[in-house]
Order: sequence, then structure tokens, then C-alpha cells
Amino acid sequence: MPERKVITGNHAAAYACKSAGVEVVAAYPITPQSPVVEKISEFVESGELPNTQFVCVESEQSAISAVIAASQMGCRVFTASSANGLAYMYELLCWAAGSRLPIVMCIATRALGAPWSVWTDHQDAFSVRDVGFMQQFVESNQETYDTVLMSYRVAEDPRVYLPAFVSYDGYILSHTTMSVQIEDDDKVREFLPPLKHHLNLTDFDNVHSVNPVTPPGLTIRPEGNTPGYYEFRYSMQKAHEYSIEIVEEVAKEFGEKFGRYYGNGIYKSYQADDAEVLIFAVASVASESRGVVDTLRNEGLKVGLISLKLYRPFPIEHLRKAFSKAKLVVVFDRDVGYGVEGILCAELKTALYAAENRPKIRGFVVGLGGRDITADQLIGGVKLAVQEQEIPEVEKNTHVEFIGVHLEELGFKKEEF
Amino acid sequence: MVLKVSEIPEEEMMLSGTRLCSGCGLQLAYRWALKALGPKTIVTNPASCSTVCGGVGGYTPLKVPVFYCCFETVAANAAGAAAALKAKGQDKDIVVLAWAGDGGTYDIGFQGLSGASERGDNFIFACVNNQAYMNTGIQRSGATPYGAKTTTTPILGKQQMNKNMLKIMEAHGLSYIAQTSTSHPRDIYEKFQKAREFNGKGVRYIEILGTCPPGWGFPTDKSIELARLAVQTGYWPLLERIEGKLVISSPSKRYMDKTKRKDIREFLKGQSRFRHLKEADFKIWEDYIDGMWEGIRLELEKQGDL
Repeated sequence: MPERKVITGNHAAAYACKSAGVEVVAAYPITPQSPVVEKISEFVESGELPNTQFVCVESEQSAISAVIAASQMGCRVFTASSANGLAYMYELLCWAAGSRLPIVMCIATRALGAPWSVWTDHQDAFSVRDVGFMQQFVESNQETYDTVLMSYRVAEDPRVYLPAFVSYDGYILSHTTMSVQIEDDDKVREFLPPLKHHLNLTDFDNVHSVNPVTPPGLTIRPEGNTPGYYEFRYSMQKAHEYSIEIVEEVAKEFGEKFGRYYGNGIYKSYQADDAEVLIFAVASVASESRGVVDTLRNEGLKVGLISLKLYRPFPIEHLRKAFSKAKLVVVFDRDVGYGVEGILCAELKTALYAAENRPKIRGFVVGLGGRDITADQLIGGVKLAVQEQEIPEVEKNTHVEFIGVHLEELGFKKEEF
Repeated sequence: MVLKVSEIPEEEMMLSGTRLCSGCGLQLAYRWALKALGPKTIVTNPASCSTVCGGVGGYTPLKVPVFYCCFETVAANAAGAAAALKAKGQDKDIVVLAWAGDGGTYDIGFQGLSGASERGDNFIFACVNNQAYMNTGIQRSGATPYGAKTTTTPILGKQQMNKNMLKIMEAHGLSYIAQTSTSHPRDIYEKFQKAREFNGKGVRYIEILGTCPPGWGFPTDKSIELARLAVQTGYWPLLERIEGKLVISSPSKRYMDKTKRKDIREFLKGQSRFRHLKEADFKIWEDYIDGMWEGIRLELEKQGDL
């Protein structure tokens, strides 16, 4: 029987692992991810996960290495991290994706040091955008639970075989309790059958040598030709491209089975149909924007929201459609592409460059390192963007605008900013 | 308890046609280790000369499954593989072998090895110690011995001693630790077999002296001779530490007696990396060897084995 529990985002992720029947988990504690590790340990020690091995490793680097190895033995695996721990995994994240392993991993988002911060922003999650993982952002603990299950299903699809991140905001979701429906194991099993991996090194009838030195060109041999590095990487890009429709297909099936839908599985729209101004954001920033849309609608502004769920692969086609009627898009980034602008903003501009309708795009950086994002700040951002949308100098502006930076209190004069 | 040659299986797990240099000690060690462990072995191997041995572009001389991994992660990979085997109920029949070089053991790979050892993850960790980063072009490592010239100690030679890895692993309380040399294939075979028998008893650590013609600077036909000299001079004692108890392997027993040991100069002078050493340096080597054997003697005495 499904069970309704009031749990944190971290525990929702742990329950998703339990429902998915993961076989090997390896993780290392870091705030704010640690309770995921603790909860899974509890499941293993109490016998609630009798067939699961938990490797209590000595670093994040070893955590991801252990699950990479276990995945290559044909097991369903899980790990999680945040910020500096995630950065410490970087080399292995590339390795996991290059090996085409269907690993699912949670990121409880947190600002990257220095200086030290344990509070949320999305810099860590965006920093690993190019490693080859798929990536989804969520807005609630139920969505965390559901997205972990959906991510396994997509990652393990033979048309895909790619690892996947599920990113939820540190503290805002990781440590906040919400009501979460934990589904019945048998029903989950119907949706997510046991893993059929393309790789299983314990199968001694088919001995494999995995990830040897692979030259730039093909290896031409009488026994048959083997791909070069270039072909492997081409196939990875193709898998990303194909996976978008599989993400959508799986989200639809999940909705039909469990009755919960997250937009079209790619993004969630709110009051977007007739909107002239669309806010574009992910995770906690998108959540905060929902109330902002209501407030501005009451004031007579036709505002809506596109909350991006699938960040990697970047769903360009879907975004072109989503923004096909908007005149103005306001992007709120809880991250910075240092030396450029907010990462989400820059990527949206790229996606819409070849769109038939090219709305004006105004980007703002908000809430780095856990700085509170207030509705008033977001409202201010939208209003400013609306007010200045016809000013060419504003559109051509190349410096990044931060909302909510307090410089005057630090003794700086306004003209020095 | 001497192993009969007729008991050694004919089947090779490593076929001819590797990409290693001629005279490579590692190749011999790898072949004998795999022979001892047999076909139900899964190997994980970090960046090292052994990666080259495995071939390029998917063609490999190795008949067992191998998964290559990042430089620093071999022990964690082996830990993950061991956990997976346990989850699948295959941990009794299949053995996991982490096969690393000295860089991947003493230096960049040490954290993972220490962690796995402390946790008691179930695998064999083998370090082929060729005493420098040979695969990247002979740079100094934590295993490079005193005085050796490398491309990062090009003029003076290394000014420090190597780490005492056996002591470090001993401090982790492992069930089985062994040291062997490429000059003694039967010894390699027996020690890997024993490590296999210790399946289920955490990490088993075996270190093999891997002679390296280009890295040490000697003619390729002298590889075995030099590995044997390392044993005969007492520099590289063949030994085991079984459940904490020190056992000197039979080929090395006689070198308890200092007068039986060959002059260390014979070992050092055969290699260009030591050509610049002076009498004072030889003295440092002699003291190192004497000190090591004195430690062994004291320990055996304490154990009541003398």
C-alpha cells in the first residue's frame, strides 16, 4: 500500500532509493546532503533494504568510484553530494558518463567555496553541466521522490544509458518537511523493472575489457574495427538528443500510473498561456516565482512562469515552443557563469537564437550563497525589465545585474558599484 | 609446502602481444598473478604501465574482465566491485584484484587504499613497484628509493628515502600482506593463491618489485638478474605477514645472516639511475638494509620464531 509520510527532501531521496531497490550505495557526508546517507544507512542496518550494500567511503571521490564499479558489475546504484563534494567528484562524473552507466545521483544544491558557505544556490549543479549526465531540477519533496524513480527509468532505457542528476535545493527542500506519498513496491517495480544493463563484468561468458586506452582514430583489425574516442563521444551526444523524448514519455507514463504530473516532464508552466512576460527559472527560484506571478497578475500584468525541470539535455525545441508567444522573458539565475552572465540566461539566449519568435531576454542573478530571495525582489526585477524593455542600451548591456546585493551598507557609494 | 611445477596450471590469463617494453618486470608479475588467481577474477586498473599492457582500442591480451579507472580511484573501484559481488551473492566465487603501480598506491591512490583497508573491503590490492612514475616518463614517486635519478630528480638524485609502505599497511591491520619479486615467479604465484584463500578477510596487500629497463637504466636481458640481486643483497626481502605474524619466505631466510647477503653495490651499479652514487651513499643504503633486517630479527625474536 502506498504510504503518506511527512519527510524532508533528503529523506524523500532516500525513500526513492528504497523504492527503486538500489543494490549498491556509496556516499560521503556533506552538508546539506548528509541525511540522505544517514537514512539509507538506517534502511540497510535495520534490514529494510536486505539486498543493498552500503559502502561507507572516505571521500566523495571514492563514493562515485565505488558506484561506478558497482554499476559495471550490473547493479543499480545511487550516490549523492553537494557543492565541494560534487566538485571533488568531477573527474569521475565524466568517467561515469563516458562509460554510459545508468547511475542516479542527487545533488542537494549548495554554494561552492570560497568563502565557505553551506547554504543553497545552484552553482554546484550548473558547474557539472558538461560532464555528460542528464539533469533535472525539482521544486518539492514529492517531486524529488518521483524524479529519482523517473530518472532511473530514463537512465536505464537502452536507447539512453546515461547517468542522471536530480538536484534539489539545500535546506529549502533538503531539510524542510513536506507530505510525500511513498508508493507501493510492487507498483514501483511495474514502472521500474530490474535493471538490464549493457554491462555486467560478472558475466564470464562475455569477458569485457572496459575503458581501455582509446586512440583518436578507429582501430582497424581483421577481427573487426573498433570505435575511436570521437565515435564514443558522438554516441553520447546522440543519446542526450534522443533522451528528451524518452524523458517526456516516461513522465507521461509515470503520471498515468501514479497520478502525478510535472508539466510535460520537461518544464512546468504556470499562467503561461496568455502571458506576455514569462519568468524563466529552476528549483527554489521557480517556486518563489509562482507567488510573484499571482501578485503581478492582480496588478494587471500578464505574467507567467516556465519552471525548467529538464536542464540536461537542454530541451531547445520545447523552449522555443514555450516562449513562442512571449514578448519578454525575465531569467532569474541562482548561479553565475563568471565572466559571462547567469548560465540559464545565456543558455536560453542560445536556444532562442534560431526561434521564429525571439522575445527580449533580461537576466538577473539572485540569492547566491543562500541569500534570501524575496518576492519583492523578483517583482522588482520583472517590473524593471518591463519598464526598460524598449531601451536598446539595456538590451545591449554586457554587465550582469545582481538583485539584493547590499553594498551601501558596506560603505560603498552608489556610483562605485 | 613447496609448490610443484606440475601443479601450476598451463592456462595463461595473459596472452602474448602486450604493449609493454621488452624486459618489463611488470608483465611477468601480471601474468603470474593472474595465473594464480585464475579465470574468475575481475581486475580494476588505474592509469599505469598496466593500462598500456591491456592494449588499445578494445584489443587486449588479457583473458579476464578488466575495468580501467582513474589514477587515484583503484581501491574505491575495487571496494565498489566487491560490494556489488556481495549484493549479487557472487563474492565467494569471484575475486576482485586492484592492480596498481607505485604512484597509484603510495601517492595519489593512497587515500582510497587506506579507506578500503580500514573498512575491510573484500579484494586483493597488488602494487607493482617499479619505483617511479614510469608510464609518464620516469618521474619521482613516494616509492622512489634514496639516490635514484628520475626526470624530476635529474641532477642530484632523490634526496629522501621511500615511504615504508609495508609498515603503513601493517598499521591498517590487514589479514594478509606479502612482498615478492619478479625474479621469483613461483613465490608470486603462491602469494596470490594465498591472498585468494583469504577471500572474505578484507584487503590483502601484495607488493611486487617491478624491474624497469628504461626507468632504471639497464639492458633488457638483465631484468631478472637485477630483481634477483635485490633479493640476494637483502634489499628486497620476500616475506609475508599473515594475520599480523611476520614470516620470511624461504628464498630470503638465509639473508638474515648479513654475511650471506651480496654487496648492495652489485645491485646499484647495474643501473644508470644510481651511477652517480658515492661511497657515502652506499653507506646509506647499507644502513637502510641493516636496519630493516634488525627490525625483522627483533620481531621474529618477539614472536618466538628465532
